[in-house]
Amino acid sequence: METKYMNPYLAGFFLGLVLLTTVFITGRGLGASGAVKSAVVATMTAVAPEHASNSLFYQRATARKNAPLKTWLVFEMLGVLLGAFLSGVISDRLTFETEHPPQVRTRTRLIAAFSGGLLFGLGSMIARGCTSGAALSGMAVFSAGGFLTMLAIFGSAYAVAFFFRKLWV
Amino acid sequence: MGPLVPDTISSELSLVFGFFIGIAFGFILEQAGFSSSRKLTGLFYGTDFTVLRVFFTAGVTAMSGILLLSQFGWLDMEIIFVNPTYLYPGLLGGGIMGVGFVVGGYCPGTSFCGAAIGKIDGMVFILGATVGIAIFAELFPWLVSFYLSGSYGDLTVETIFGITKGQFALFLIVTAIVAFVITTLIEQWINPKAPSRSFPKIPLAIAAIATVGLGVFLTRLPDYKTSMLAKATTPQVQKAQDIYLMSPDELAFRILDGDPNLQTIDVRSSRAFAKRSLPKAINMPPGDIFGKTGVAVLSPSRKQKVFFAQQESEARRAATLAALLGYENLAILQGGLDQLYAEVLSAQIPTNLYGRHQQDTYTFRLWAGAKLLGLIKARNAPKESLRKVKKIQGGCGI
Repeated sequence: METKYMNPYLAGFFLGLVLLTTVFITGRGLGASGAVKSAVVATMTAVAPEHASNSLFYQRATARKNAPLKTWLVFEMLGVLLGAFLSGVISDRLTFETEHPPQVRTRTRLIAAFSGGLLFGLGSMIARGCTSGAALSGMAVFSAGGFLTMLAIFGSAYAVAFFFRKLWV
Repeated sequence: MGPLVPDTISSELSLVFGFFIGIAFGFILEQAGFSSSRKLTGLFYGTDFTVLRVFFTAGVTAMSGILLLSQFGWLDMEIIFVNPTYLYPGLLGGGIMGVGFVVGGYCPGTSFCGAAIGKIDGMVFILGATVGIAIFAELFPWLVSFYLSGSYGDLTVETIFGITKGQFALFLIVTAIVAFVITTLIEQWINPKAPSRSFPKIPLAIAAIATVGLGVFLTRLPDYKTSMLAKATTPQVQKAQDIYLMSPDELAFRILDGDPNLQTIDVRSSRAFAKRSLPKAINMPPGDIFGKTGVAVLSPSRKQKVFFAQQESEARRAATLAALLGYENLAILQGGLDQLYAEVLSAQIPTNLYGRHQQDTYTFRLWAGAKLLGLIKARNAPKESLRKVKKIQGGCGI
């Protein structure tokens, strides 16, 4: 059984208040991809320290702090996991499943999810943030770059949506 | 005054706040249905515009709130993190992310929500994102020049159109509402089970009208700084504040005495300040009094803050502004630097040689003038302005 979702305008209003509170308290916005980046940096410096110390990316990432996981975004994303889980409990949506339309095979969906994640990870590093960190948070502080990235994400998604329609409809 | 980090809340403690903010963030995203990739991608096939509704409403809410807080002087907009603009990386990265969205069905934030309630595709998406970031890390040496190309710094969007922030906010509010109406029509035309069919029409219409009203208010709201400065310039307000007028002699004596409860504040431009100013003076043009620099310099109440400029009127304006903002124990240098230089630094032989008081004053000024002039000449102007040091760092970039 699946309970109803919250009215999107109300959810958007609450999300806006959360973002506003974040800026008021910390002077910075929300984010997601930055936390994944920190996890990648932490893993690489632990697993292959020699490679990390020779790589420009990891040098830059570890230049300012010694503990790559002790960042604001990592704590925020741990909160996201818990918050979403609690919401799932309350609304009775906890399931262990792969979501896909009936005509799409589970394996296809998982390969697509992996490829999409890969592209999103790559793109978010090039654009210095994803839908949360660059587009939404940038928009709230009038950042031209935030609006630019938002238009690029949704413009490109609409441009290619037709070619991937079999994955979804 | 916000932001509360790092002055009111330490950077360490802000991590705890980050965790709780994250809980709210994740909870709302999941409640909105962002844990479902099929619901998210409905945006691109016209069947479900939930993402557009949540995203735009959140953006407009946060933007209006930030503008209101800063216009009423509760948030220092000068030091909050503004995502820097890099034209080409922003476009290419956004373009790649758009493809990733359609193929993967999630974005990073929503994939965590999906994973949290057990969606395997959400977990696999996160795995893909880590691999994508690791690939970027390996390519970084070749990408670095592109990564830094097309830089426009902290460019804000309203400056591109040559309008105010309030006008841009109104524009965005109207754009959002038009987009909501059009997409709702599309959704109900394509999808017989469109979520928008169950929305309460009248409350939404009222909310839309109220939001446009808020937008109009934002454009009419006189800029807080401009209106306060104008107020501080009116003679009646200046008279009503009745700020202590310090004579050049008193100031010279207290500087040479090394009075620990004295803080001189130069309100002239940073260029004039760099060229010549009083020893140990802090440079704070009137605009800086509003922000965190103002809080840091003007809050200690046991210190007497003496505002000075070339002329008295300039300092009076700044001191009145500080008084209007609630700061206490203020003073103004009588006659400005002009009078200080004329009276103390080049003391005139008194005309009435028999007046005891005049002779004492002359003796003091001869001594103080020479010493103070020596200190002024030996002064090294601080190189960095107070403000630049404090800009907050944020964002997801490397």
